[in-house]
Amino acid sequence: MRHLLDTHSLERATALRILDVAEDMADTQSREIKKLPTLRGKTVVNLFFEDSTRTRISFEAAAKRLSADVINFAAKGSSVSKGESLKDTAQTLQAMGADAVVIRHAASGAPRTLATSGWISAGVVNAGDGTHEHPTQALLDAFTIRKRRYGADSRGRDLSGVRVVIVGDVLHSRVARSNVWLLTTLGAEVTLVSPPTLVPQNVSAWPVRVLYSLDEALAVGPDAVMMLRIQLERMNAAYFPSEREYSRTWGLDAVRAATLPGDSIVMHPGPMNRGLEISSEAADSPRSTVLEQVANGVSVRMAVLYLLLAGERDDERGRDL
Amino acid sequence: MSARTVLQQADISRALTRIAHEILESNKGAAGLVLLGIPTRGVALAQRLGALIDQITGTAVPVGSLDVTMYRDDLAKHPTRSPQPTEIPAGGIDGKTVVLVDDVLFSGRSIRAALDALGSIGRPAIVRLAILVDRGHRELPIRPDFVGKNIPSARTERVNVRLTENDGADEVTIGA
Repeated sequence: MRHLLDTHSLERATALRILDVAEDMADTQSREIKKLPTLRGKTVVNLFFEDSTRTRISFEAAAKRLSADVINFAAKGSSVSKGESLKDTAQTLQAMGADAVVIRHAASGAPRTLATSGWISAGVVNAGDGTHEHPTQALLDAFTIRKRRYGADSRGRDLSGVRVVIVGDVLHSRVARSNVWLLTTLGAEVTLVSPPTLVPQNVSAWPVRVLYSLDEALAVGPDAVMMLRIQLERMNAAYFPSEREYSRTWGLDAVRAATLPGDSIVMHPGPMNRGLEISSEAADSPRSTVLEQVANGVSVRMAVLYLLLAGERDDERGRDL
Repeated sequence: MSARTVLQQADISRALTRIAHEILESNKGAAGLVLLGIPTRGVALAQRLGALIDQITGTAVPVGSLDVTMYRDDLAKHPTRSPQPTEIPAGGIDGKTVVLVDDVLFSGRSIRAALDALGSIGRPAIVRLAILVDRGHRELPIRPDFVGKNIPSARTERVNVRLTENDGADEVTIGA
């Protein structure tokens, strides 16, 4: 694996390999000494052009648990625009000897530009780009679903027959996109539920079913319900009349959560808007996997960094997975 | 590529029986023993040794596996290896006599990695090393305590251990 840029082009075998290595990483995280010497001497740069708490900390924890050195670069407040500045920043990192660059950027496609431009030789991991993709989030979601379903017997299994409902602002959600591609690659059936104003225009080309009613989607008893965050910072137009109406129609409240089958899980990528897309009763119930997702995120990111950095470097620059 | 067989099924089984007795002799019984196989083939060998010790003494010895992939010093020289599961028996390894089990001892680097891996899991009282085939060419000051068979080899030769559990048959071959 050279880069991790998206889940759209991720092959099933590669995805399963990442998830299986993540199982081994997760096992090491229950040990007395959690740190592994595997990436000693490697440098991982967290290049964050957009705000993030959990993704950056998760990548930082993952790199440190593997003994890599971590440099955090927060570009917030920088007034320079994309093109030249990304190139200059990238070349600075290259000069500092970065082996991997974890990038989050508001512009869709920035990680691919970084990976294919020839500016740097480091491996590139997409940590969220615009409304395009957030592949490690989808991988940790798939890992969480598989772990809850198969437990210690998870290795090597895909998600055939698993029914997943993704609810909320699909239009702006890179998490939803990455999950749609990855979960369907792994054999899951995905249903999107969203207000009509927040459904992407090209959704008919996606391998999913689209519903406008959450109650209709929950009636079939899905195995996992993934609530997306209403991204108030991206709501610069009126997509729905009021937060209260959204919550009543598309929010997972206690009553709706109670209709789910006993073993189905409730997921949320965080940070949660409690009372808006998810009620506290649903978020704090035993079926909620919110904290497991955070813990699994570290294991999955360790797996990605391991596969990117540990082996022999094939110097086919710019080749995707 | 020509390969000749140096150990057959009966030889392997005799060697393992002898190693099981030697382990019991040096440990003065089965008390406090933990067998940890190094994937892939060390795991099957550890399980066989565990069963043999059980037969001899009537005491079940904890058997597990210890993956060393993440502790190797040659990761950057090969295509990325997939780690294997590590399973430590429920009683842990603190204060125990841990016997590491592997199929072939060559440079000694896997065993160095295994010692590092052990250190991050706990603190055994004693660590011993049981090996089916010692082919020489050590690069580190590491020596086995229990050896099935010493097989002198050229550095370029391939020593290939096949076990029923992994490969469908018991056989050790050496070839160019």
